[in-house]
Amino acid sequence: MMDSIGIESIEELFRDIDEEIVLRRPLRLRRSLSEQELMDELRGISEKNADANRYARFLGAGAYDHFIPSIVPHLMGRSEFYTSYTPYQAEISQGILQAIYEFQSFICQLTGMDVANASMYDGASALAEAAVMASNISKRREVVVSSTLHPEYREVVRTYAEAHGLEVKEVGWEGGATSASELEKGTSERTAAVLVQNPNFFGIVEELYEIGRIVHGRGALLVACVVEPTSLGLLNPPGGCGADIVVGEGQSLGNSISFGGPHLGFLAARQAFLQKMPGRLVGMTTDTEGRRCFVMTLQAREQHVRREKATSNICTNQALNALAATIFLAALGKGGFTKLSNLNAQKARYLRARILELEGFEAVFTKPFYNEFVVKCPADPARINKRLEGDGIIGGLPLRGRYGGLEESWLLCATERNAKLDIDRLIEALRGIAR
Amino acid sequence: MKLIFELSVQDREGASLPKLDVPEQELGIQAAQLRSDVPLPEVSEVDVVRHYTALSKINFGVDSGFYPLGSCTMKYNPKVNEAIASLPGLSSAHPYQPEGLSQGCLQILHELSADLAEITGMDAFTLQPAAGAQGELVGLMMAKAYFSKRGERRTKVLVPDSAHGTNPASAAICGYEVVELPSDSRGGVDMSELRDKATGDVAVLMLTNPNTLGLFEGNIIEISKIVHEKGGLMYCDGANMNAILGVARPGDMGFDITHLNLHKTFSAPHGGGGPGSGPVGVKAPLAPFLPKPTIERDGDRYFLNYDRPDSIGRVKAFYGNFAVLVKAYAYIRALGPDGLKEAAENAVLNANYLMRKLKGAYELPYDRPCKHEFVLSGGKQLAHGVHTMDIAKGLIDYGFHPPTIYFPLIVKEALMIEPTETEGKETLDAFADAMLQIAEKAVKDPELLRAAPKTAPVTRPDALTAARRPNLRWRKADEKPE
Repeated sequence: MMDSIGIESIEELFRDIDEEIVLRRPLRLRRSLSEQELMDELRGISEKNADANRYARFLGAGAYDHFIPSIVPHLMGRSEFYTSYTPYQAEISQGILQAIYEFQSFICQLTGMDVANASMYDGASALAEAAVMASNISKRREVVVSSTLHPEYREVVRTYAEAHGLEVKEVGWEGGATSASELEKGTSERTAAVLVQNPNFFGIVEELYEIGRIVHGRGALLVACVVEPTSLGLLNPPGGCGADIVVGEGQSLGNSISFGGPHLGFLAARQAFLQKMPGRLVGMTTDTEGRRCFVMTLQAREQHVRREKATSNICTNQALNALAATIFLAALGKGGFTKLSNLNAQKARYLRARILELEGFEAVFTKPFYNEFVVKCPADPARINKRLEGDGIIGGLPLRGRYGGLEESWLLCATERNAKLDIDRLIEALRGIAR
Repeated sequence: MKLIFELSVQDREGASLPKLDVPEQELGIQAAQLRSDVPLPEVSEVDVVRHYTALSKINFGVDSGFYPLGSCTMKYNPKVNEAIASLPGLSSAHPYQPEGLSQGCLQILHELSADLAEITGMDAFTLQPAAGAQGELVGLMMAKAYFSKRGERRTKVLVPDSAHGTNPASAAICGYEVVELPSDSRGGVDMSELRDKATGDVAVLMLTNPNTLGLFEGNIIEISKIVHEKGGLMYCDGANMNAILGVARPGDMGFDITHLNLHKTFSAPHGGGGPGSGPVGVKAPLAPFLPKPTIERDGDRYFLNYDRPDSIGRVKAFYGNFAVLVKAYAYIRALGPDGLKEAAENAVLNANYLMRKLKGAYELPYDRPCKHEFVLSGGKQLAHGVHTMDIAKGLIDYGFHPPTIYFPLIVKEALMIEPTETEGKETLDAFADAMLQIAEKAVKDPELLRAAPKTAPVTRPDALTAARRPNLRWRKADEKPE
């Protein structure tokens, strides 16, 4: 090969790099490893972590333990899918294109919206992009967030808002839900959008319809954020409650938790806002022979065409995670998804009732919830968690440092993964601690 | 192909869920809050398996064949990395489980940051950004915070006309005015234009090096000097890092900020359009502004540091696309220092070999040794009424994924070809043969190319109708759109 290029050494191909900046030493990295050595090394590192197979876990807060049917990793692992890239060449990318079209359809059906995009990075950044989108639609610069939104989601909104020159205001909560009276006071004709999570960070089902009434009274948009989408097997779709944009996190739908990523953001909107949406969209059309096929479409919104005038800078998104969600939803189907939601709600109710039987544990909120809830503990929840580790249990999330006034509170989650046996084991362990 | 929704048969079930093992209770949720219908398809497990298997068969990946998509570095994705990312200790770790139970995850993140810093010559890294474009945004946010802390107000970002579209889009989202820098006749930054436009109100120059023409920016030292003298910062779009691993480092070229695309250079699969991962490295003066938390080490204990008063905040929940980071970590550990350098050398050798073979039959607007990729123009073929689009579609009938086309914008009828290091000479030769045959066809039988592809699952889609009458979702037959 070098002969045909007319060089004697590969270094000649790098002669256009100034001597001054050529690295004259080997990179200071560890030596190479064979596949066997690599696997052994990484297995060793991985075993320093707690994995869900060895611990009973009651932790949610934005990343949820759900069973992933075997067909999800099996089909996702088809390398024609995962070794491809953005489907620029539609003729040989029909597989991923159709799967994304189905994903968009699923998201619309679950959220009750008209259009959904091909995915966003995660729920938090999807929410931030929705805030920017709402500001572009309404030409207003103020975004109001409910304090019952996941604290990290609020941080992401603030970071994007700071860059984009938007003002962020926060409204407080009452009984664990967004305070309607504070929302009345905290919004005005300057408000572009109100951002609300449902079920919220405390697991509570928000009164979205009522919130929407207030928000729309200001001429602002309601952005609903669904962080635990298995709730949509049970709860009214946000689109039916007046949401104008619905975003969320799709990790619960067939994606492993993987220490926080890659997860899956989604963004859906009313038809009227289609041209203002960020990210890729796949549409159905026909080929020259009249056969049904799929293409990326409405790309004039996107960065590779519009550059600095694009609706967003997003390019690569989370296509493979969207594929996982699509397969997951297909596999569960109408009956399975409904049952899954009910299992989650029931397990959480059993767990909550059992904990509240224990001396020293108290209910913090009484509003309806889905699969998470808050309890007040007789001791520092972080210390309780530490004690539980010894029993092979990972407890809930201590709210100290996240919410003022909830220093002794613990956010617990139960899903279909928590068998009654594990819940009862937790209760016995807590009984020991309470004593 | 039917849609999954069209396979639905009433009351068919595919899922097997555990029975409710706790006493059933009233939900305590008002009826008005509950949905009446869950509109999902009703299919069996084997229906789902056959449907998505069939879809996979009409999709082309790196494992299907040669995929020289320029600027995307479609190298082979080692399978061991998939196995590693699926280890239960990694794939099921919860981001909020106690730090003491997450030491393995934190160790990987900490060591990967250090490795990336060494590879790029930077001082500190964040692994939080989910993709290159989000990395750009993070880099610019840090620049903004840096100037704001110094009490400086700078409003402009310089972007060469050859840059990826994400560069100007990220700058605009970050509230900057984008000033375009023209390229000179050799494909580099036009130095006199740079001297004019590098004013005191420029915050950042965003540069891809090697650039999107696959050319190393020969004046990089001088460019950095000019920008720095005016108090601006240098940003490196690291999408093309594959060309210079172990050979040269952005940090040594004067760059203050760089992002990397781990799904390109560091072998993580592209997933049909993500997940990616776009870590950002900075020089020490910018380190206080990194997103939080940072991953730090105290003796033999790793921890998350949230106490970062100057941090720009967060751009994503949790700590980044962890499983992608794990794959990049495994890749670096597998290759080691010599392997990484060899990867870059072979990527550059392959690109030059292919460029040499295709030069002549195709116009080569910038004729000098390239790095990991090169850009041809379909100008000669256009004279016969054959567009670059037709060349690309023609390649499909030879069993290849087409290159990136119509980019960079500064080359007419551009074909941007990046073979990567993981392809052998035989593959390159076969691809070159196909390209040469297509060049012949463009003269002798252009109509054939205009009708290509003939062998793909579908022929060319009607993109115009797709955009004019968007059909972006399936609806039940009796469901009326708004």
